[in-house]
Amino acid sequence: MSKESIPLSVYDLTVAYHRKPVIWDVQFNIPPGSLVGIVGPNGAGKSTLLKAVMDLIPSASGRVEIFGHPYRDVRHRVGYVPQRESVDWDFPINALDVVAMGLYSKIGWCLPVRKKHRQAALEALRRVGIADLAYRQISQLSGGQQQRTFLARALVQDAELYLMDEPFAAVDAATEQAIVEILQDMKSRGRTSVVIHHDLQTVPDYFDYVVMLNMRVVAHGPVEEVFTNDNLQKTYGGRLTLLDEVSEAMRRQERTL
Amino acid sequence: MWVALRWDWNLDGWIITVGVLSAVAAALLGNFLVLRRMSLLGDAISHAVLPGLAAAFMITSSRNSLPMFLGAVIVGVLTAFFTEWIRSVGDVDEGASMGVVFTSLFALGLVMIVQAADHVDLDPSCVLYGAIEMTPLDKISVAGFAVPRAALSLGIVALANLAFVTLFMKELKLSSFDPALATTTGFNATLMHYLLMILVAVTAVASFESVGNILVVAMFVVPPAAAYMLTDRLTTMILISVIIAASSAVLGHIAALTVPGWFGYRSTTTAGMMAVVAGLILLFAVAFAPRHGIVVKRVRHHLLGLSILADDVVALLYRMDERGESLRLNANQLATVFLVDRFSIRAVLRWLRLRDQIERSSDGYNLTNEGRTRAQGLIRSHRLWEQYLVTLAGIDADRIHDKAESLEHFTDAELRSRLDQETNAPTVDPHGRPIPNEERS
Repeated sequence: MSKESIPLSVYDLTVAYHRKPVIWDVQFNIPPGSLVGIVGPNGAGKSTLLKAVMDLIPSASGRVEIFGHPYRDVRHRVGYVPQRESVDWDFPINALDVVAMGLYSKIGWCLPVRKKHRQAALEALRRVGIADLAYRQISQLSGGQQQRTFLARALVQDAELYLMDEPFAAVDAATEQAIVEILQDMKSRGRTSVVIHHDLQTVPDYFDYVVMLNMRVVAHGPVEEVFTNDNLQKTYGGRLTLLDEVSEAMRRQERTL
Repeated sequence: MWVALRWDWNLDGWIITVGVLSAVAAALLGNFLVLRRMSLLGDAISHAVLPGLAAAFMITSSRNSLPMFLGAVIVGVLTAFFTEWIRSVGDVDEGASMGVVFTSLFALGLVMIVQAADHVDLDPSCVLYGAIEMTPLDKISVAGFAVPRAALSLGIVALANLAFVTLFMKELKLSSFDPALATTTGFNATLMHYLLMILVAVTAVASFESVGNILVVAMFVVPPAAAYMLTDRLTTMILISVIIAASSAVLGHIAALTVPGWFGYRSTTTAGMMAVVAGLILLFAVAFAPRHGIVVKRVRHHLLGLSILADDVVALLYRMDERGESLRLNANQLATVFLVDRFSIRAVLRWLRLRDQIERSSDGYNLTNEGRTRAQGLIRSHRLWEQYLVTLAGIDADRIHDKAESLEHFTDAELRSRLDQETNAPTVDPHGRPIPNEERS
């Protein structure tokens, strides 16, 4: 398979915060057109991984390639759905405004949002089932509706690789179902989605590929092959205490020099 | 007192113009400071420009405005930069690092100015309060018109800010709301941040000698904060903040001339009064804002209480009819039953009579047909909820009444029909009382 066709390859990626590594030597390839779940305990570095892929935080070493290119050359082919809590929902804008933000890079600097863009945004809201709430201020949406708004924003971006940070966190059952349907639809159109996920029970139902992360990649591959009890044990069975200790020793030594 | 007021367009007109221009210039940018929850950065920058002014003066040893302007703007932007830097390196919160940076710079500036003051009149108090009253005296000629220097420079800054906000509206919106998305889609949020900071510094410096530090800090924060209370659309918010800023400048100057007169004093500082007026407008917005205002919330809460009381009254009359009681209650007895004051019960009874839902008989109140329909809906909701709570939520039958009592007021016909479906269309509630049919209207 050529490098150009691989949506996401990560080589030896290490991200450290104040010398303390958050993810360590992470390495995997994502096959095109797959629905990928990233699972791991709290503090395993799942969000950090996505952010480092998009250069939102600096990495200490390693390399990320998206369709065979560095991120900044292909960012229009990547859509990002951040955690719902990462933004201020009291911001004075409505759902349609939020969705239209997905089109800003197509519109370009300084040009206003025009009618066709608003129509595209409305169409995306219709696809996630909340077109009737388009003109509602975003603080008046429920958690599930806010998550759908974010998803609609990713849809209008019309990307080929989607990176989603816990889209299923604290949403109602109907929203969860709606998100799953959209993910399936994207997959059927050849798009790749990489989704941070918390509910282990639904992993085999929702995803066909899984990356099991706990500071380093414990296992990655098709769900039916790697999503085993043994691997789950390794992923969730405690942090890598020795790695923690050595990084603590590094910090101590630096302080005493 | 208006008679005593000596109004001179050539003087007061220019003072107001300078005040409006500076207030509007600050308020335009302030919207984004408030929305990014960094209102204090305006404060920090406008204090920290002081060493820039002093350094420029020491280097060029002249009061030429261009180097001083540049020096101040550079230090102002450095404030934003140092704040961010100390926050990330020192791992402290933004407030703490801002506090460290701007107090140090301000102190440094004061020391430098005192040093320089031996040679020139750079007055520290003038920096704080400004000298807006003096601005009409320092005029320069523009296309044949004599225009105060301050009005010209603030006019240019206000126009520049307006152009910035209009041109980069979309980018400012995105990078303020979701900086991560902005950066990943190619609108560098850090770049937008520093562009905004440069203009904040420019505005602060331009306002410096004319209106002083305090007013510009107030205008960065107060009009946008008031506008934020009044609307939930960004463009409307910016528009309202500009109107509030301009009117507090106008009203502030008038108040500065008149208000002290009421107490037998002479006029007070205009810049201070402008900030006070803006504060009063904010207070007004906090109280009376249509959605979030304290007074409005109170009133709405009270009205809801009354409408629930009206529900309770018709439901009680219905239940009494159902039990075949011939006893009729008067207003005072109803007030005792519902534990409310007589004023509320009388208001509710009058309102119900006005809407033809109850009528007065010789010994108390009766339901009309209209009132019976309303009561029937409520009783139906109540008993369907009881059924639902027992059969589907598994709550004991003796603990459901109060829950159903609070839910019935918020249950419309559509929700009732869904309750009816989920409970398999019962005819009696868990206590064995009949559930009335849905009244078709």
